[in-house]
Amino acid sequence: MLAKRIIPCLDIKDGQTVKGIHFEGLRTVGDPVELGRKYADEGADELVYLDISATVEGRKTFAELVSRIAREIDIPFTVGGGISTAEDAGALLLAGADKVTVNSAAVRNPSLIDEIAGQYGRQFIVVAIDARMDDTGRWVVTTHGGRTPTERELFGWAREAQERGAGEILFTSMNHDGTKNGYPCETFARLASELSIPVIASGGAGTADHIAEVLTAGRADAALAASIFHYGEIPIPMLKRALHERGIAVRI
Amino acid sequence: MVTIIDYGTGNLRSVTNALERLGAEYTLTADPDAIRRAERVLLPGVGEAATAMAQLRDKGLSDTLKNLTCPVLGICLGMQLLCAHSEEGDTACLGIFPNRVRRFPEQAGLKVPHVGWNSIHNLKSPLYKDIKEGEYVYYVHSYAAEVNECTAAVTDYGEPFSGSLYKDNFFGCQFHPEKSGAAGSRILANFLSI
Repeated sequence: MLAKRIIPCLDIKDGQTVKGIHFEGLRTVGDPVELGRKYADEGADELVYLDISATVEGRKTFAELVSRIAREIDIPFTVGGGISTAEDAGALLLAGADKVTVNSAAVRNPSLIDEIAGQYGRQFIVVAIDARMDDTGRWVVTTHGGRTPTERELFGWAREAQERGAGEILFTSMNHDGTKNGYPCETFARLASELSIPVIASGGAGTADHIAEVLTAGRADAALAASIFHYGEIPIPMLKRALHERGIAVRI
Repeated sequence: MVTIIDYGTGNLRSVTNALERLGAEYTLTADPDAIRRAERVLLPGVGEAATAMAQLRDKGLSDTLKNLTCPVLGICLGMQLLCAHSEEGDTACLGIFPNRVRRFPEQAGLKVPHVGWNSIHNLKSPLYKDIKEGEYVYYVHSYAAEVNECTAAVTDYGEPFSGSLYKDNFFGCQFHPEKSGAAGSRILANFLSI
């Protein structure tokens, strides 16, 4: 039986893993390969590495890092951040990435999805969508980490991304991200019913129950999280056991 | 020494990385003479069956591969090419395994490609020494080989298919051992010690 996936997400700045600390900005938490290795050993099913470097030098460091991750990590990994052309994606594939994720760049230029899927296959591209529910109940797609609202609406954009060749959709609710109060499961369930590609749930998990809920009622195929793993709030082996005990198929 | 068939399809990096992690030496080649002399052959493959078969034939490797007596492991598309026929591009393959390869049927709730960790059952062949029944391995594919007497591992996705094949000195993994964590490393190590 196909297992539900648990995916830790690592933010990388200038080649180092960083995590946001309230009111303090970013703190370096160590070597991305070592942290990835630790998660893989604990039972992570995939890893996502997002480059949040703001400089050309930082981006170059990230490309070198991707080759190192590919040499040392023996589970699939996705990379993203700053991919705006099919060539960018191709370079990461050559460096050893299993998938790339695009977000704002695809909203700006949707044909980027067709180009990447056309050249490298749809299994290679994950389209990340950040959306915020407005006062009228409409899910507005945002860019730049939720700061910039767009004209697009979640479900329409997700369907378009699928038609253009997205292999998976990674959806983050900006209303829930960082709250640790759980996911909007009805929205996830509707996404699953409208799409024929896997949906990865991100943003909002505070407990193993939240993750169990989005994988069952929310019909998500995978759950991605950062801080609950980085801070050791929910260690991956404990989470996997908790999901298994609830009858959810996971790789243990 | 592992001889990896480099026939111009896809990225071989993940396979070579995995062999390096295991400390195995390897060489990349498409030279039929070198392949005939190999101790152990790995046939990787990412891409489309008809194109990949055409590449093997163009390089004069079709008969070379069929006549090998050393251990041979086909991974993903590489395993499908060892089968008799693939529905992808209506392609006649090498016919080492008699299996037909078919696209996953359209059915409600079945997402194609089949991507992710799925379990392997009814394990046979020396590849699965010390691998437990129901172990999870990583798959990415849209076409799958039917189950028959050569099946060395069964995975269920909508219906049972051959996650792995085995006949004489030929082995196949539809999944990616190079991406399947500790279990995958063990399977590759088992191949290296056959």
